[in-house]
Amino acid sequence: MRGIGPMRRYSAFAVAREAARYHSGWERAWRSPEPKKRYDVIIVGAGGHGLATAYYLGKNFGITNVAILEKGWLGGGNTGRNTTIIRSNYLQDPSAAIYEKARSLYETMSQDLNYNVMFSPRGVLMLAQTEHEVRGYKRTAHANLLQGVETEFVSPQRVKELVPIISLDGPRYPVLGGLWQARGGTGRHDAVAWGYARACSDMGMDILQKCEVTGIRQEGGKVVGVDTTKGTIGCDKLGIVVAGHSGVLAAMAGFRLPIESVALQALVSEPIKPCMDIVVMANTVHGYMSQSDKGEMVIGGGADGYNNYTQRGSFHHIEETVRALVETFPMISRLKMLRQWGGIVDMTGDRSPILSKTPVEGMFINCGWGTGGFKAIPGSGWGMAELMAKGSSPLTEEFGLNRFAEGRFVDESVAAGVAH
Amino acid sequence: MLILDCPYCGVTAEETEFHGGGEAHLKRFGPGSSDEDFEGYLFHRENPRGVHFERWRHVNGCGKWFHVARDTATLEVFGSYSAQVTEPPQEIRDAITAKRPGWRWREFA
Ligand SMILES: Cc1cc2nc3c(=O)[nH]c(=O)nc-3n(C[C@H](O)[C@H](O)[C@H](O)COP(=O)(O)OP(=O)(O)OC[C@H]3O[C@@H](n4cnc5c(N)ncnc54)[C@H](O)[C@@H]3O)c2cc1C
Ligand SMILES: [Zn+2]
Repeated sequence: MRGIGPMRRYSAFAVAREAARYHSGWERAWRSPEPKKRYDVIIVGAGGHGLATAYYLGKNFGITNVAILEKGWLGGGNTGRNTTIIRSNYLQDPSAAIYEKARSLYETMSQDLNYNVMFSPRGVLMLAQTEHEVRGYKRTAHANLLQGVETEFVSPQRVKELVPIISLDGPRYPVLGGLWQARGGTGRHDAVAWGYARACSDMGMDILQKCEVTGIRQEGGKVVGVDTTKGTIGCDKLGIVVAGHSGVLAAMAGFRLPIESVALQALVSEPIKPCMDIVVMANTVHGYMSQSDKGEMVIGGGADGYNNYTQRGSFHHIEETVRALVETFPMISRLKMLRQWGGIVDMTGDRSPILSKTPVEGMFINCGWGTGGFKAIPGSGWGMAELMAKGSSPLTEEFGLNRFAEGRFVDESVAAGVAH
Repeated sequence: MLILDCPYCGVTAEETEFHGGGEAHLKRFGPGSSDEDFEGYLFHRENPRGVHFERWRHVNGCGKWFHVARDTATLEVFGSYSAQVTEPPQEIRDAITAKRPGWRWREFA
């Protein structure tokens, strides 16, 4: 297999070179090694957050004796199942800090990773369809101003200019304005996982796919390794980054989390000609839509209302989402839907993530991103790496597990309801 | 789509007629309890991948709360039972054991 040793860079020149030799020279993007006996750091979960954590451990702290363990294939969890909305217009200061850090890292990610993640800052518009939402979004716009996050509350007329296909005066859900973040947008979800994986592998880290963690080994209250389907592997530090499965991993270590796992679904239509060049979110009706580069309308809905690990949700939620969106975008009523799928999202009570130490020394956890963690991947990895390397990080400080006991919630549930 | 039985009015209906109420059989800790117990009661959940006991309400029906035993990894429903109990009754435990030998949930098995 090629690709051991420093990776070849992707470039326009490389494309020309490979075109001239029938594309016979492309290397594998990452190695698939056998596990070593031990690593300095083990990350469980090769989704975006786990891979980004590993990447910044190497890049920012020079820690490269790292393994990333994945029970399935890398990027096969929520990272490869989401509707890829990227924005940072949250209400609370700690949220604005980590999501804006992430958004700004997305701007340069393709160059940084030498991998095209197709970040498309096309703008994100959150519709206000009730008086409460108007007030809520105005408040958020003011908060964002103070936080240095560029957003603005726009009029219905401006909404119509941005989204010509919208019906402003739907009988049930009139559009009363919107919260506009021009620098928000979308990215290619798989490419984010693949780009980080390639960079991690290039730094000498081991990505171990089809390697499920089945137990956590401790000695005297300190983590010493994990049991896996590929044997026991030792480590000094352990990062659990498994989204919907966080409760399962916490149970292995003997503690519980303030998290419930539920299904969140999305769907895409048949491809059509370009008709909407921004992302539109309608939180009152739990519907979100953007158009992919292929022309499909990408639609996300609300989360199901019961604990679920099956990666499939209930059909009536799809029906509710589509019914509401058809009122706001009448032209989609005749579209055929191509695919529908679900992911298991990890919901906290305050709808904010957990980036934290745990009751087990040396064991850290990054979870609770729920329905909206794709946008946060680089910022989360940045903060989590610092937390694991140094024991604390300004980005993660407010997101510790202790906030529940102490009643210091980072309450985003009022601000956004269920939003991606 | 789940299909549930309401143990009060006897109706069998699909999930849209009901509303989920989260983990069942929580032990309530209030004034006088330790901070740790209070935090656990308020926030910590089993959230298992497998056998789960939970509360549901027949909102678009008789309005009663009841309990359901269900597998979160397969969506199989083992049975529903009265809300007036603090532990799953024996016949529900037997029904689970028949299909998931060796199951555990908190201190119940
Ligand atoms: C339908 C849908 C739409 C969404 N839309 C958006 C959106 O528009 N914008 C946005 O910002 N966010 C969105 N999200 C949320 C976003 O997808 C997630 O918050 C984010 O991808 C979580 O990334 P992660 O790396 O934490 O988890 P994941 O990508 O799920 O990775 C966790 C990995 O851990 C692995 N794992 C689990 N258990 C074990 C074990 N025992 N051993 C080894 N590996 C294990 C899993 O296989 C998985 O690959 C959406 C989610 C869904 C489901
Ligand atoms: Zn009933």
